[in-house]
Amino acid sequence: MNVTRRQTFMLGAGAVAFATLGTQATTALASPESDKLIADFAGGKTPASGRIKLKAPEIAENGNTVPVSFTVESPMSADDNVVSVMILALGNPAPKVGEFNFTPMSGKAAASIRIRMAKTQDLVAVAKMSDGSVFIDKKTVKVTIGGCGG
Amino acid sequence: MKHAKPRVKVPKKAAKGDVITIKTLISHKMESGRRKDKKTGELIPRKIINHFKAEFNGTEVFSANLEPSVSANPYIQFSVKVDESGTFKFTWTDDDGSMYGTEKKIAVK
Repeated sequence: MNVTRRQTFMLGAGAVAFATLGTQATTALASPESDKLIADFAGGKTPASGRIKLKAPEIAENGNTVPVSFTVESPMSADDNVVSVMILALGNPAPKVGEFNFTPMSGKAAASIRIRMAKTQDLVAVAKMSDGSVFIDKKTVKVTIGGCGG
Repeated sequence: MKHAKPRVKVPKKAAKGDVITIKTLISHKMESGRRKDKKTGELIPRKIINHFKAEFNGTEVFSANLEPSVSANPYIQFSVKVDESGTFKFTWTDDDGSMYGTEKKIAVK
């Protein structure tokens, strides 16, 4: 794989984020693009840790299909439920993976999908509650073979 | 695309108030728009399923916006709380606007 200028930059940004990881456990993220995505999704709130749990393999041999699932603690009643959950793969060319919209009829705020991962990177799941609060969870996945082509 | 074939697993029966798990899969390449044609070296245009929606008796219960980072043959598993018998309707929307759908019935006692 040829390393382009952009990738070199991304690697640098990743290294910086990694260096600051220890001090800012919940908010140290890899790129300004994903920071902005999370800020837009959170609508001005600061994401707190807890309530949402992201599940992904520690090592993904095939980056083309990585099984990922999440659950959010919530009674899922008419006035207290999870509105939506966003998943980001911070090291992918486009970090956003998808957004999942729940209703009180969901019963349980949980879903599983399979995603592509270009390289070893952090996965982030952000949950938005009906009262406006926002929760975040993060997980590092090692990828043996990247799954984004090119 | 003719090959987009949806497959959905919904329990046939459930008790009132149960939270059931629904598994869906649709065969689709999910062309990310970043792959190059090996012969011409040109980018293959993006073509993915960008939206999924599940309705129960006409009310939306779950939906998802998907991006190119979702794997080929997108698999989505989610939950629904059922209080009455009825029909689930699942709809996938492609980038070119075409929709693929399927329906499943459930009996609730």
